[in-house]
Amino acid sequence: MSDDGTNRDTTPAQSRYDQARYVENGEYEPLLSEKDLTRIAIGSEDDGNGDDGKTTDSPLPDDLTRDALELPELSEPELARHYTRLSQMIYGIDSGPYPLGSCTMKYNPKFTEDVAALPSAAVHPDRSEGSIQGTLELLYRLQDYLGRIGGMDAVTLQPPAGAAGEFVGIRVAAAYHEHNGEGHRDDVIVPESAHGTNFASAALGGYDVVSLPSDDEGRVDLEALEAALSENTAALMLTNPNTLGLFERDIAEIADMVHDVGGLLYYDGANLNALLGRARPGDMGFDVMHYNVHKTFATPHGGGGPGAGPVGVVEKLAPFLPAPRVRERAEPSQSGEPVYERFEPEHTIGKVHGFDGNWLVLVKTFAYIARLGDDGLADASASAVLNANYLAEEIDYEIPYGPFHHEFVASAGEQDAADVAKRMLDYGVHPPTTKWPEIVPEALMTEPTEIESKDTLDRLAAAFNAVANEDDDTLEAAPERTTARRIDQTSAARNPRLSWQALADES
Amino acid sequence: MHGSHTTGSPYAPHTAEDRTAMLEAVDAETVEDLFDIPAAVRFDGQFDIDARTERETRRLVRSVLGRNDDCTELLGRGHYGYYIPSLVDHLADRSEFLTSYTQYQPEISQGFLQALFEYQSLLVELTGLEIANCSIYDAATALGEAATLADRVRDTSGHRVLVPELMREERKSTLANYVAGTDLVVEAYPVDDGTVDLAGLDTAVDEDVVMVYAENPTVRGTIEEQLEAIGDLAADVDAFFALGSDPIALSLLERPADVGADVVVGDASVLGLPTSYGMGLGLFATKEDYLRQVPGRLVGVSEDATDRRAFTLTLQTREQHIRRERATSNICTNQAWVALRTAIHAAVLGPSGMVDLAKRAVTRAEALAERVDDIVGVQAPVHDRRHFREFVAHVDQPASAVAADLERLGFAVHVVGDHEIQLCVAGVPDEELDRFVEALEEVAR
Repeated sequence: MSDDGTNRDTTPAQSRYDQARYVENGEYEPLLSEKDLTRIAIGSEDDGNGDDGKTTDSPLPDDLTRDALELPELSEPELARHYTRLSQMIYGIDSGPYPLGSCTMKYNPKFTEDVAALPSAAVHPDRSEGSIQGTLELLYRLQDYLGRIGGMDAVTLQPPAGAAGEFVGIRVAAAYHEHNGEGHRDDVIVPESAHGTNFASAALGGYDVVSLPSDDEGRVDLEALEAALSENTAALMLTNPNTLGLFERDIAEIADMVHDVGGLLYYDGANLNALLGRARPGDMGFDVMHYNVHKTFATPHGGGGPGAGPVGVVEKLAPFLPAPRVRERAEPSQSGEPVYERFEPEHTIGKVHGFDGNWLVLVKTFAYIARLGDDGLADASASAVLNANYLAEEIDYEIPYGPFHHEFVASAGEQDAADVAKRMLDYGVHPPTTKWPEIVPEALMTEPTEIESKDTLDRLAAAFNAVANEDDDTLEAAPERTTARRIDQTSAARNPRLSWQALADES
Repeated sequence: MHGSHTTGSPYAPHTAEDRTAMLEAVDAETVEDLFDIPAAVRFDGQFDIDARTERETRRLVRSVLGRNDDCTELLGRGHYGYYIPSLVDHLADRSEFLTSYTQYQPEISQGFLQALFEYQSLLVELTGLEIANCSIYDAATALGEAATLADRVRDTSGHRVLVPELMREERKSTLANYVAGTDLVVEAYPVDDGTVDLAGLDTAVDEDVVMVYAENPTVRGTIEEQLEAIGDLAADVDAFFALGSDPIALSLLERPADVGADVVVGDASVLGLPTSYGMGLGLFATKEDYLRQVPGRLVGVSEDATDRRAFTLTLQTREQHIRRERATSNICTNQAWVALRTAIHAAVLGPSGMVDLAKRAVTRAEALAERVDDIVGVQAPVHDRRHFREFVAHVDQPASAVAADLERLGFAVHVVGDHEIQLCVAGVPDEELDRFVEALEEVAR
C-alpha cells in the first residue's frame, strides 16, 4: 500500500498499520469534478457554450431560470467506487480505539440504524397529532427517560446539538429572569477549563462571560466563585466531572452559592457518561442541563454531526422551554390506549429549530436507552471509569490531576502534544484530544470509553509509551502510514481554497 | 451471546477475569471505589428502565412507531419526502463515514474532508456565491446565523431585520431567538398574492435595515418573480440580501449571485434525506468578502509533507473551540453526515437529473393545480403565480373538515387557512396523485 516504494517499518512489529491510500497522477483520490464536469444549458438562449455541453428546455420563462448548471455526471458504479475509496481514507470507531477526551467516542450499535430507517419513522412534521401517535409516543417516552436519567422534571428534545442545547439553557435562563423582573442579570460565569461552546453560547445569548479560574487541585475555586457571583449573575455553567475528569466535590455548596445570589446552575452534559446511575445533575442542585446524545447515548457522530442536545430543567423553568413539547392526555382513547399531544409551555421561548430537532438521532437515542436499561447504563459508566483508570495506570506520561473518572488529562511533558498525536496515528490508534484543557501543559485528554477491552487498552497504552520514548525528529516527521502525510495548516488558512471552482481558478 | 445479553452494557467487552486484573492494576477493590462522589449527592435509586435484548428493542420501537398511520403525504412547506436512491443509504452507512468524529486529525480523515469539500463545491455552483460552509443544523438556524453575520459585517448602527409576513412561523421564531442577545429586531414586510409586495418592502426599507430576507420558492410554493428588485432595495441601503432556497429549486430557478444575494440559506436535505419529521441540513453560502466572519466549519485545500494535495478544516480561529466568546457562532456539532448524503444524492442525479427533478417540480405541481381546479368546490391555485413543488388551493368546505376527510381516505394535506389547503407533489408518485384527485372529488363538494 505504501506508495514511496519502500517497506521501511519503524514501528514496533505488534502495531503495523497502513491506512488506505490511492494515488493517481501524483495526487490522492481525484475530486468528482476531476472525473467529470458536464454543463447543462437551461432554456432557449444559447449561452455560447453549447459545444461541449447539453441543452434542456424549461417550463419557466428565461427570466425566472438560471442559465446553466455545471456539475459532475458520473455513472452509479463510478460513484460507488468514489465514495467507497473516500470511506477507506477515514478512521472511524469501527477501525480501532478512538480515545478522544470529552468526545465519548463509543461504539454505535448497528441495530439503531435499522430502527431509525423504519418506514413508519418517516413522517412529516405537519401531520395531524392523531395520525402520528407513534412518533409522539416515542418522543414522550424519551423525554421521560432523559428526565429520570438526569433527575430533571421536564425535557425538550428540540435542540439539534449540544451547543444548541446550551443556547436553549441560556435563553431559558434569560426568560426566567426576565419573567421575575430581573432582566438586569447580564453575567454568565464559565470555568476557564470549560468547553468553548459554553463561552460562545452565553455570548450568543447576549451575556457577558465571566471566566472562572480553577484551584490548585483542578476544581472550581470557591473563593474565586464567591468573588465572581453577584446580583448580576444569570447562571454558572459547569461540567461535572469537569474536563480533567474530576468530580466537583463541592457541588452542593457551589449550588447554594449560585442560588443564594438568585442565579441558575447549568449542567453541561458532555461528561455524563461518567455518572450514569451514580449521580444525577438534578440531585446535585443543577437547574438546567443538556444531554449530548451522540456522546452518552452512542448515536453516531457522523463525521461531525448530526447530534441532538435535549435540555432538561427543574419544575420552575419548565414553562419557559421551547415549543412544542409532548404530553400524555388525561383521557385515553376509546380502545384504552394512551393518547399523546403537543403543547406549548406557558411562557415558552419559542423555537430553536425549524421543526422538532434531529428526529432520526432521537430514535437512535431512545433505542439505545431502551436496550441498555438501568443495568446497562450503570455498567457503561462503571466500565468507562475502570477503563480510564486502567489505561492511565499503564501509560508512561504524567497525569497531574486526580482522582479522575471517565477521562484523564496526561501531560506530554517536553514533547509537543500535537506531534505526539500525529505519531500515534502510525500505531493504528486514534490519538487523544490535545493541548486542552490548558491547565495541563501539553495536554493529552484521554477518554477510552467503556467499549474497549483490556487487550485493546494494552495496545493503546503501548502506542502511548512507544511515542513517549521517541525523539522529536520522529514525532515531527509523523504520520508516515496514513492516507496523507502531515498537512500544512498555515498554507490552508493563508490561501483559502474552499471549492473545486477555487482550485480551477488557481490553475 | 449476541442479542441476548441483558446484564451490564452489551457493548462493554470485559470478562470477569479482565475486570479483576484491571482492578488489581489500579489498586481498587471494586469499581465503585473509583467514583469520587460525595455521599450527599450520590444517586442510590433506579431509573426503572428495563434492559432488553436487541430483538426486543427492535420490536418495541417497531410497535411504538407502528401507531403512526400509513398515509400518502402531500406535505411540504419546508420539509420534503423525495425518493432517496439506494446508493445514498448504502454508501453513507459505511461505518467509516458514520462512526468517525469531526476531522481534527485530517491525515486519517481525508475521505470525509474531500466529501465535504465536494459538498461545499456543489453549493458554490448552485448559488454562484464563493463560500459555502459544511452545514448549519437546518434552514431556520441558518437564517438565524445569517442575521448575526449581517450584524457583524455591516458597518452602520442599523438593527432591523425584515422578513416576509408569509413564512413558516417556526423559522421566524428561531430567528427571534438567535437575535435575542443582539440589538436586532425582526419585522415583517407585506406580501402580495403569495410573493413579495415590492412597494410595501420599499416603504419598509430604510437606513436602519441590516438584512432583508426573501424565499424562492416561497412557503406557499410560489416562484418569486422580483428577486433582482428585492436585492436592489437591500443594496440601496447597504443591507444584506438573504435568500432562502434549496438545492433542487436552485437547479432551475434564478442563481442567487445573479440577483444580488449576499447569503443563501435553506434546507439542503431536500436531497439526501427522506421525510424525517423535520430533521434537515442548514445550507449556508455567502460571499468571499465575509469569509472570516462565516459561522461553522470550512474545508480547504492544503498540501501534505509529500507536496500532494490534501484537505483540512481551515480558518478554525473563527470557531468556538479557539475563539470562545468571540467566535462567529457557538456551533460545534453540525449535520456533516447529512451533507455527505446530500452530496451523494446530487452526484447520483448529476446536473441533468437535478434540472429534470426541478422541472418536474414545476410541471407536476401546476398540472395537479389544474386538475384539482376542475373539481367542484375547489379553486387552484389561489395565487396567480408560477409554482414550484406545491400550491395553495381554495376549498368551499371548511379546510379542516376537508383535511380530516382526506386523512380518513389516507391522504395528508396542509390546512393553511379557513378555506385553504396546501398540496405538495414532491416524492408523490403519479398514481398516488390520481387517487388523491379522486379522493378530493369525493370530499370537496
